[in-house]
Amino acid sequence: MVGVRIVDRRNDSKRKSSVNRSRFIRRFKGQIRKAVADAISKRGITDIDDGEKIGIPAKDISEPHFQHMRGGVWRDVLPGNDRFLSGDEAERPGGGAGGTGSQGSPEGEGTDDFAFALSREEFLGIFFDDLELPNLVKTQLVRIDEYKRVRAGYTNTGVPTNINIVRSMRGATGRRIAVGAPYRKALRELRERLAHLEAAGEGNSAEAGEVRQKIERLLRRIERVPFIDDFDLRYNNRIRIPVPATQAVMFCLIDVSGSMDEQKKQIAKRFFMLLYLFLTRSYEHIEVVFIRHHTEAEEVSEDEFFHAQDSGGTVVSSALKLMHRIIAERYASSAWNIYGAQASDGENWDSDSPVCREILDKQIVPLVQYFAYIEISTLEPQNLWWEYDKVRAAHPERFAMQQIKGLPDIYPVFRDLFQKKLA
Amino acid sequence: MTTNRKKRLIDSHSEWTVELIERYDKEIARAARHYGLDCYPHLIEIITAEQMMDAYASVGMPVYYHHWSFGKHFLSTEKAYRRGQMGLAYEIVINSDPCIAYLQEENTMTMQALVIAHAAYGHNSFFKGNYLFRTWTAADAIIDYLVFAKSFIAECEERYGEDEVERLLDSCHALLNVGVDRYKHPPKLSLANERERQKEREAYLQSQVNELWRVMPAEKQRSQVGAKNRYPDEPEENLLYFIEKNAPLLESWQREVVRIVRKIGQYFYPQRQTQLMNEGWACFWHYTLLNHLYDEGRLNDGFMIEFLQSHTNVVFQPPYNSPHYSGINPYALGFAMWRDIQRICRQPTDEDRAWFPDIAGSDWRETFEFAMRNFKDESFVAQYLSPKMMRDFRLFAILDDDNLAKLKIEAIHDEQGYQAVRTMLSDQYNLGSREPNIQVWNADLRGDRSLTLRHFVYKRRPLAENCDELLRHVGILWGFPVRLEEENEDGEVTQRAEIHVDRRHRGDGG
Repeated sequence: MVGVRIVDRRNDSKRKSSVNRSRFIRRFKGQIRKAVADAISKRGITDIDDGEKIGIPAKDISEPHFQHMRGGVWRDVLPGNDRFLSGDEAERPGGGAGGTGSQGSPEGEGTDDFAFALSREEFLGIFFDDLELPNLVKTQLVRIDEYKRVRAGYTNTGVPTNINIVRSMRGATGRRIAVGAPYRKALRELRERLAHLEAAGEGNSAEAGEVRQKIERLLRRIERVPFIDDFDLRYNNRIRIPVPATQAVMFCLIDVSGSMDEQKKQIAKRFFMLLYLFLTRSYEHIEVVFIRHHTEAEEVSEDEFFHAQDSGGTVVSSALKLMHRIIAERYASSAWNIYGAQASDGENWDSDSPVCREILDKQIVPLVQYFAYIEISTLEPQNLWWEYDKVRAAHPERFAMQQIKGLPDIYPVFRDLFQKKLA
Repeated sequence: MTTNRKKRLIDSHSEWTVELIERYDKEIARAARHYGLDCYPHLIEIITAEQMMDAYASVGMPVYYHHWSFGKHFLSTEKAYRRGQMGLAYEIVINSDPCIAYLQEENTMTMQALVIAHAAYGHNSFFKGNYLFRTWTAADAIIDYLVFAKSFIAECEERYGEDEVERLLDSCHALLNVGVDRYKHPPKLSLANERERQKEREAYLQSQVNELWRVMPAEKQRSQVGAKNRYPDEPEENLLYFIEKNAPLLESWQREVVRIVRKIGQYFYPQRQTQLMNEGWACFWHYTLLNHLYDEGRLNDGFMIEFLQSHTNVVFQPPYNSPHYSGINPYALGFAMWRDIQRICRQPTDEDRAWFPDIAGSDWRETFEFAMRNFKDESFVAQYLSPKMMRDFRLFAILDDDNLAKLKIEAIHDEQGYQAVRTMLSDQYNLGSREPNIQVWNADLRGDRSLTLRHFVYKRRPLAENCDELLRHVGILWGFPVRLEEENEDGEVTQRAEIHVDRRHRGDGG
């Protein structure tokens, strides 16, 4: 009997179910997205870069089949009788579960939620799903600091390190066969002739000697066909292709005047982080400029940006002016994709708001891909909002604004801001 | 004796290697030949835990088309495994020729040997011998067919879009348990024929359907107006089959997809009908074969203790009032019944002679072959469940009638009850009474083209509440209104539900 066949499959087709898994996620995107949104509103943004355990209602994803339900007449045979005699009566077990029921749920799922873990990629994928930055067209090839070397067939010239031995030897073998063929054919004939002569007992005749000499000459000729020749050599051809790197700069503008309390700053912080996280998915290289302002604006480090305490009045235009100056100095618009995000509580000097509109309208918005303004306030919008509203009317493609009332609002607002433009 | 034992011992390591698996398999094969087990040749595949979960997710098959529901099963299996709720993969074995048995890499050598004996010899011989598997499934063609199905469906996804195909598969899957032939015999599967006939079928089916749904009634039909003819003449039990052949609006590729789901469902049908027998049979053989090798001195005590511990867990039956109770464990009852039949053959009591005059004292191997080949769970219990079994399991039967205030114990494991308990347990394994009997009653050819299904109510058991949802699935496939009637046991018919198909959502047939 032949031995059994044993196949070790451990190394092939890993993650065969990943297709089915992504199908599942795609199919229940609605429910999963809702679960993800809930999860985000609950946890800190700083650990957004992890996977997440989520649960979606089991009834939404059930696979229905025609089934009976309890009712009518059922007979069940159960094991482990410990007290009953024929004819006894017993109370129905409460709630249906328990003693009776040979049926049970076929999947063994009793819980309300179907819980599972999303990987980080899946989590962020859903998070950013169909959020697309508008005007994401400016993918200028700038700052090419990387080339990728890729193979591009073979060439006849090159440096010795690149010799492709297999290719070269294949050529050489072919050439040797081709060049030597006529000699070998003649050789074969002569040998046959010689054998013929020897068989006829004329091995020592003059003719035989002549044939032997010819054979000798032919053998030398065949030997002289070079084993490898210059033109047999083939070299691996590699070419350099540029790897496009797109880059972006993101301006974070925040109002740190006295009216911006800690909670408002936290909301603003999350908004900026979300934007940053989103940009990291679209651009390889991102710089972030932090500008804070009260009556005056200054460029600060990230740490100072969020933690400094200032007080005083508010002149929003100071920050916008600074932003414009920095763009002009460091980020020539053709080379950089520029994004602006401004957070404020909406308070501003009345006379300053038209100035802000002017700067945005004429100077900044034309330079940026997108400018988003969020007003963190539960109050009625004030004059800054109405001035900005005019900017929005003038640049609906590039300018967005939203009012945010509390933490759970951030995610939907973020989505609204960056939702795919249908046009 | 001790030296003798040592010489014969296969090995004493608990870590497996490929060579060791080969040696164990060889010994187990020898023992199997000793008992005359007739098996397909088998192939052993060693896979990782993750691959095992993959296989679980797609009903144990190595190739399967893609669908979100398999992803869902994968996620829940994965979660249970990570939490340590389930020991992974006791065994997966595929009814094909050669039979494929999966071994999971994390198992010990003892567990691998157990799985080999259980799957590659136990289940394997059952697949080869049992009449249901012989008539309903073509072991030599299933893998090829699955490959064909996978590529066909992938092609459809490319041509008509994943969403379109997914919607169709959802509806087909929903009807799986009313998509099998319970009584008719299917033609055998053959990949070559399938491919060859697929094109023919496309053209032919479409022409048939067109004929059926022609706007003008044909001459013959017109003369019969008034006589209320139904179509089909006899109720059709296989909904998927009826839809595949008759649904007016399906494109030919959609018919093919319906067919694929139906064919694969049919392939699994015998497994659902023989779970008790099949698992019991496999347990009986791993127990018998490994004990045989132990008696020969080829396995040591350590091996046996690990093996028996896991065997005992598998064949444990918690009592009805235990928190672990979830129905009768097919491994437990099945194993016990086969052991019991063996006992009846070898050491019959007077009771056995009275109950089983044919087999008491007969050759057990012959009796086993006959029982394994010619029964399914329902008839197996009806034929072979002995009074001793009922006493051992302390089986009792309760009547749950919603007209009565209380549950009633109808019979227990005593002289008056044996017959009744046995009949009721047998009925419990009858898929026909466990699952609702729903048949195609009428397709209104000349009217609104609606489809009427009829639920033949059995013992007043109602349909679950999800039946509207299921009717919608039927509607998606049928394309016109679908009605569900209920016929009770007195022959009275009432309308249960009706759904209308919103044509705008049909996506113009892809």
